[in-house]
Amino acid sequence: MSSEFVLETRNLVKEFKGFTAVDNVDLKVRRGHIHALIGPNGAGKTTVFNLLTKFLIPTRGQILFNDQDITSLKSAAIARMGIIRSFQISAVFPHMTALENVRVALQRFEGSSFHFWKSEKSLNKLNDKAYALLESVGLQEFANTVTVELSYGRKRALELATTLAMEPELVLLDEPTQGMGHEDVDRVVELIRKAAEGRTILMVEHNLSVVSKLCDRITVLTRGAVLTEGNYQEVSQNPVVKEAYMGSEATTLEGAH
Amino acid sequence: MMTPISENTATKRYVENALRSERRHFKIYAVLLLLALVAPFVVYPVFLMKILCFALFAVAFNLLLGYVGLLSFGHAAFLATGGYTTGYLLSTYSGFSTELAILLATAASTLLGLLFGVLAIRRQGIYFAMITLALAQLVFFFYLQSPFTGGEDGMHGIPRGALLGFIDLQNNLMMYYFVLAVFVFGFGLVRRIVHSPYGQILKAIKENEPRATSLGYNVDQYKLVAFVVSAGLAGLAGSVKTIVFQLASLNDAHWHMSGEVVLMTLLGGVGTLLGPVIGAAFVVSLEHQLAQSALGNWVNVILGIIFIVCVLTFRAGIVGEFQKFFKKNFR
Ligand SMILES: Nc1ncnc2c1ncn2[C@@H]1O[C@H](COP(=O)(O)OP(=O)(O)OP(=O)(O)O)[C@@H](O)[C@H]1O
Ligand SMILES: [Mg+2]
Repeated sequence: MSSEFVLETRNLVKEFKGFTAVDNVDLKVRRGHIHALIGPNGAGKTTVFNLLTKFLIPTRGQILFNDQDITSLKSAAIARMGIIRSFQISAVFPHMTALENVRVALQRFEGSSFHFWKSEKSLNKLNDKAYALLESVGLQEFANTVTVELSYGRKRALELATTLAMEPELVLLDEPTQGMGHEDVDRVVELIRKAAEGRTILMVEHNLSVVSKLCDRITVLTRGAVLTEGNYQEVSQNPVVKEAYMGSEATTLEGAH
Repeated sequence: MMTPISENTATKRYVENALRSERRHFKIYAVLLLLALVAPFVVYPVFLMKILCFALFAVAFNLLLGYVGLLSFGHAAFLATGGYTTGYLLSTYSGFSTELAILLATAASTLLGLLFGVLAIRRQGIYFAMITLALAQLVFFFYLQSPFTGGEDGMHGIPRGALLGFIDLQNNLMMYYFVLAVFVFGFGLVRRIVHSPYGQILKAIKENEPRATSLGYNVDQYKLVAFVVSAGLAGLAGSVKTIVFQLASLNDAHWHMSGEVVLMTLLGGVGTLLGPVIGAAFVVSLEHQLAQSALGNWVNVILGIIFIVCVLTFRAGIVGEFQKFFKKNFR
């Protein structure tokens, strides 16, 4: 439990028909950190997430969680170990209410998820806890709203509430602020900061002002490989990063999108 | 970290809403049950029994398509397995208990469902449909070739026997109430499943499978359970149908039958509990009417046209559209 790094990858490789999307990635995510994975479009960030959660099978390499090799585990098993991911497009259950969305997550701890002979009323005992989680992301007013009717920003907040319901040790967030207006971005930044208490977060993020506000450590990925790693200061000063990330050395990283 | 808030209006309202909709449903069920109880005094019971058997078949099928999002194109195999097993037991062993035959037939279909499920459940969308179709075709050829099924001729004159040894099922009225009881059991089971903790997980899987996986649910296992239950209930429908008509034929194993149950479910309203029942009643009645009219040879064409019109204009099916209308105007 007390290992220094929550997550570690060693020589992680993913090849798609000869094309290398993830190229020998060594990633180390320190316990308690908010760690950012940045890089241009198509750099392989989402693919790394898919490998970590076994939505894709690595071609080569190793994945360690708390020093334990989890390379051969399946997606659901990885989730049960405490690694919960979000998706680039918001991952909610659209025709369930917000409350039910969170409840589906809480249900996993109940051990009743195969109980087909019981009434769903037996789930009502989870309502208060689900409501408290909704409250923690500011969705209390929308508890009984069907999720399709929520705005994009609120869907992402709901997704976060559902993720936190799992009490994950490591949270993987794929572009949590993508497609949001300023206000929503600020709210999500606060939510992530709050969610990070007592956990570790690995997040893909294009919005560098978000990265600079939140992240303790940054890994830059280009063409599937790690370009450099460091804190925001170090990374943003790196001329190679400027060129790779922005396409031109002249532009500064500050305020880039 | 979170302190539960016990008395809050949002969760109270949630529980109230659920209760209210449950009460409304039970009122509808009560009316329908009453109608079903008096129906055989107005309509020919054998015709009603045919509707009930197909309704159960469609309800079973809808558990998969409507509540898990899996399109099986091989459900004929389970219907036929239920029918043939029942026919074989009742005609081979004279005096064989009818209820035991039904039980064993249901078990046989359940096992076959497990086999199909294990082979197909990992596949997605159209691949799942194709594998179930291919497996069902294998089963069809098996029944075509096996000596015990009577091949193209089928099995005839299967005795109905007596229920519990003394309720004579030769009496159509008795038979009808028995079929109704079986149907209510099957419908009740599916309703229970849909509205259970397990049903919530099924719904989550149907709505967003990757998300369900990422929350730690082994989605294949949940789907498999639903598939096996659906196969078992389809077998139960086939078994009872064989007893009603005292025959088992290749028709039940043919892929047409797998298609027909898709049609019934979509017409009536996929993902609604009553939809498949209404759809089955509609299709069976229509077939019955057409068979007696000059258009007898056009049954399939007419059903096909209705199907196309349905898919193009009222996609939610009869019950689905009705629910939409109700929600829009009365709430
Ligand atoms: N299943 C797949 N099959 C083939 N190629 C793939 C697959 N998934 C991703 N790729 C390719 O791998 C590369 C990396 O994609 P990935 O989605 O990981 O990029 P990303 O860094 O997340 O980009 P973005 O910032 O646009 O989200 C892309 O060139 C993509 O086309
Ligand atoms: Mg991506």
